[in-house]
Amino acid sequence: MTQVKESHQKSETAKQMTLIQAINDAMRLMLEEDDRTVILGEDIGKNGGVFRATDGLQEVFGEERVVDTPLSEAGIIGTSVGLAVNGFRPVAEIQFLGFIYPAYEQIMTHVSRIRMRSMSRFTVPMVIRAPYGAGIRAPEIHSDSTETLFTHMPGIKVVCPSSPYDAKGLLIAAMEDPDPVLVLEPMKNYRSKREEVPVGKYTVEIGKGKLVREGADVTLIAWGAMVSIAEKAAEQAEKKGISCEIIDLRTLYPIDSEMIAESVKKTTRAVIIHEAHHTGGLGNDIISIINDTAFLYLRAPIERITGFDVPVPFFSLEEHYLPTPERVVEGIEKVLHF
Amino acid sequence: MEHNYPIKRIIDDKGFFVDADYEEQIDEQLVKELYYHMLRIRTFDRKAINLQRQGRLGTYAPFEGQEAAQVGSALALNDNDWVFPTYRDHGATLTFGKSMATTFLYWNGRAEGCIAPADRQIFPPAVPIATQIPHAAGAAWAEKKRGTKNAAIAYFGDGATSEGDFHEGLNFASVFKVPVVFFNQNNGYAISVPIEKQMNSKTIAQKSVAYGMPGIRIDGNDCFAVYFETKKAFDNARSGNGPTLIEAVTWRKGAHTTADDPSKYRTEERAKDFVDPLLRLEFFMKNYGYYDDAWIQAINEKTTREVEAAVEEMEKFPPPNVEDVFDHVYAEMPAQLAKQKEAYLAHLGRK
Repeated sequence: MTQVKESHQKSETAKQMTLIQAINDAMRLMLEEDDRTVILGEDIGKNGGVFRATDGLQEVFGEERVVDTPLSEAGIIGTSVGLAVNGFRPVAEIQFLGFIYPAYEQIMTHVSRIRMRSMSRFTVPMVIRAPYGAGIRAPEIHSDSTETLFTHMPGIKVVCPSSPYDAKGLLIAAMEDPDPVLVLEPMKNYRSKREEVPVGKYTVEIGKGKLVREGADVTLIAWGAMVSIAEKAAEQAEKKGISCEIIDLRTLYPIDSEMIAESVKKTTRAVIIHEAHHTGGLGNDIISIINDTAFLYLRAPIERITGFDVPVPFFSLEEHYLPTPERVVEGIEKVLHF
Repeated sequence: MEHNYPIKRIIDDKGFFVDADYEEQIDEQLVKELYYHMLRIRTFDRKAINLQRQGRLGTYAPFEGQEAAQVGSALALNDNDWVFPTYRDHGATLTFGKSMATTFLYWNGRAEGCIAPADRQIFPPAVPIATQIPHAAGAAWAEKKRGTKNAAIAYFGDGATSEGDFHEGLNFASVFKVPVVFFNQNNGYAISVPIEKQMNSKTIAQKSVAYGMPGIRIDGNDCFAVYFETKKAFDNARSGNGPTLIEAVTWRKGAHTTADDPSKYRTEERAKDFVDPLLRLEFFMKNYGYYDDAWIQAINEKTTREVEAAVEEMEKFPPPNVEDVFDHVYAEMPAQLAKQKEAYLAHLGRK
């Protein structure tokens, strides 16, 4: 069922890495391999990024290739467009997804549509990296999860790795993609676990989900920091005799419809978990996919466990905003006992 | 502040030298080239308005009155430079090498109209105001990184200087000292809003101070001032001295687009300050012995023929391809988009 094309270029040794180390490793590899790679953003050079995603890179590759920019999101994305159409491969870091809005116009009106407007004469193979999500007691505005602002935008791809392995593979895939890719990095997962990550170059195919747990009764669909919430919920449900299958979507556009359809046809029930707001969340698109592909297999209406239709609250209340394993279990029981 | 930025002129309104230093640099070839291109783009512009009125072209943004600014600056470029125009700068892009037929196609709602010849790096015209300014900084940055002598020019109007992207683009360009010329055409109005309601500064050139780059204010209807000052800014950029902000003061004679009526929002009082740039060059040609009736007659006929041929080419251009709605969004079409395309083509009975 997991038909994931994952190309290991060479079978080198692996190393224990956190997600943030895997991100750093991917950029280091690409800076070494491809002269066109330019990393730019606020505080990413000397300081190595506020989360240390670019730690040590400027030291090795110099200020021309790892660039501390002015505090200017539209400037970062706008100049990246110019660099990308003129032969470079910029990787722009936006310090937090909640700070991307000044650059939204550049992304919406240029990054995503210059290929279309110029009938492929001009293309912008660039990557925008942005830490996102709540749950790390960050100051306000730092915790947004507004991925559907970008999945709604034709012309750009959106990926969201939840594990160190996927983070490195997806980021390298994004850096090699001929089209612009937004890489959403769940802050909560930056250092939450270590796993074996190959030292060499490999890619995780954009557009493919990952089956992280096989089960028979219900499909849980999640991404980013919500994957571990789904996993905890599945453990709790197991104690109640319920067998959960979990899909980590990994790419939010284009979505792996086949994996969703196949799983829901088997389990006949689905619970979608996302920390983004309820209305207009990606859960709606997933419901549409299930509606289009597996409607007659369903034994219960699909449940969504999501953030609420409120701005992400100050961190003293963020635990009440975020989906919890307990809320997910409630959803699971609801679809089981419909 | 204003007195720090006097308007630089080489010829006056009657076509006499005010700066004799340039007498030796101006020869017949340059005079004729400037005149030819100004006449050529004016012929295009007037034809486009007529076509729009006849329903043969979509909404059109005319530039009459700004020919000296657009031609003078475009002739100062090298072939390998990058051009980032707005929707009112097709006079400049026509001069730099985009074809008339292609330009007509753009105003007829065709994406093909965004595509310049392969040997000309001309970006599709920016519609969201000022957004092209950081692009020019980025493209110029790439040239600097590669160590070439190429540079970029960003065209924009007076209203654009109120947008964040103007400031972000200029700031990036000056911080990284990239070879770019920010070419402002201050035509007095952003659609209906006059400059005095747009900004509290008397000039646009003075905004350069904030970015530590040279700022110069020129008579945008003096094609020589535009040409030589733009060239100077490019020489400076190519020598590694970074960006320049040029304010070319000019006047948009007509409407913002064919969809508005300027008599609703402005009187023609200010128009009196501006002598038509073509007429002014004619005065100069008469004053200094360059005027040649037969030549003008000949290029008039030539440009009219060129425009007519371009209209014909536009109108005979193959109809748009439905597939193009879907085919240029991604290098490789995602499955969900392919499904949408397939379903729509089936709906049209095409498959």
